[in-house]
Amino acid sequence: MIHIFQAYGGTLLYGLGQTLLCSLIALVFSLIIGTFFALLEESPNKFARGVARVYIEIFRNIPLLVITMFFYVVIPLYVLKMNGFTAGTIGLTLYTSAFIAETVRAGIQSVDPGQMEGARSNGLTFWQSMRYIVLPQAFRYVIPPLGNQFVNLVKNSSTLAFVGGFDLMYQGNSIASSSLETMAAYSAVGVLYLIITMPISYYMRYLEKRLA
Amino acid sequence: MLNNFIAAYSPDNLRYLFGGLGITILVSVASIIGSFIIGAILGVIRYVKIKYFSAIVGFVIDVIRNLPLILILFFIYFGLPNLGVKPEVIPAAILAMTIFESAMLAEIVRSGIQAVDSGQMEGARANGLTYWQGLWHIVLPQAMVKMIPAIVSQFISLVKDTSLATIILLPEMLYRSQIIYGQNTNYIIPMFVAIAVLYFIVCFALSELARYLEKRQA
Repeated sequence: MIHIFQAYGGTLLYGLGQTLLCSLIALVFSLIIGTFFALLEESPNKFARGVARVYIEIFRNIPLLVITMFFYVVIPLYVLKMNGFTAGTIGLTLYTSAFIAETVRAGIQSVDPGQMEGARSNGLTFWQSMRYIVLPQAFRYVIPPLGNQFVNLVKNSSTLAFVGGFDLMYQGNSIASSSLETMAAYSAVGVLYLIITMPISYYMRYLEKRLA
Repeated sequence: MLNNFIAAYSPDNLRYLFGGLGITILVSVASIIGSFIIGAILGVIRYVKIKYFSAIVGFVIDVIRNLPLILILFFIYFGLPNLGVKPEVIPAAILAMTIFESAMLAEIVRSGIQAVDSGQMEGARANGLTYWQGLWHIVLPQAMVKMIPAIVSQFISLVKDTSLATIILLPEMLYRSQIIYGQNTNYIIPMFVAIAVLYFIVCFALSELARYLEKRQA
């Protein structure tokens, strides 16, 4: 495995960079989209709740790879051209946003309803109370599950390998087929994934314990 | 456009696609059964804290949980031949899924056991049961009930994750849809609609089941 790092270190590091870049972009956008749909779901408007429910259920119940392939195969054919990295990142963002919406909603629901009532009776509107009173408290509960979502993002970004996204998995696969040392190449890739995912998931477990 | 849909959903194509759904379900069900058994054993080992052994098992579980499933699929299908073992596609997919899901289920089992009130074990011990008898007859049955919704949700991700085995050419739904639209590019949209709907029906039904079970428990 060491000689794989020596011979292909640059390629692996480039792949790791792409994996991290894709995961971070997807995290930021899925956090924005997810929070938006979580707020819609908690809003008093029935129609808005329906829209949010449909969005969340669709992206939660269709495999990530199907969503990614849709953006890689269908969209370039009829709408606009995009490379594998873009298609993969969009697919990953939409898929993850549905899970983040559920996480944020659980966070909002874990805030004592008295907080909302107190804010409302002090003259704040529903959205003001949400923005200034409920959401800041909700995010405290949401941080450990969000960290776990980031771990999932890093793992799921390996679907970029299907669409030529030049991520870590893709590079590992091409090293495996050019060096013919599949076991060593995949072990090297595995070690690099673990270097990112293990510390985060251990830290999140620690945070969960401290919050409980 | 409508003609494309009618032509794409010919009886032959649909039969081929549903065959893929069959393989998806076969691989998912076989893996969930295997990983439930292994996961339960590993979860109990991690819970009971046998010196060193539990720590090692726990570390291995964490390693597997933190690796992408695709990488595990590659290890089994392309890595093992390097060591002289060459598995067939379907057993390889089931094996990879079972390894990955066992680690996931081990965590579910462990937290299920932890969620049982510690008074239950104390009561069992006070009534003369040994530790293992208390675990088997008193704690585990109650933990099992608490775990069921989480296991159903895990099964949903398993069904979705079987699509990843396309990469080792497992002839499941996504793979077969690619073969169909590979013959005629007009079939691309109909095929995507078909597999999205089929996956959605299966997974949505399961997630409603999970939600119902969760509500009944609360």
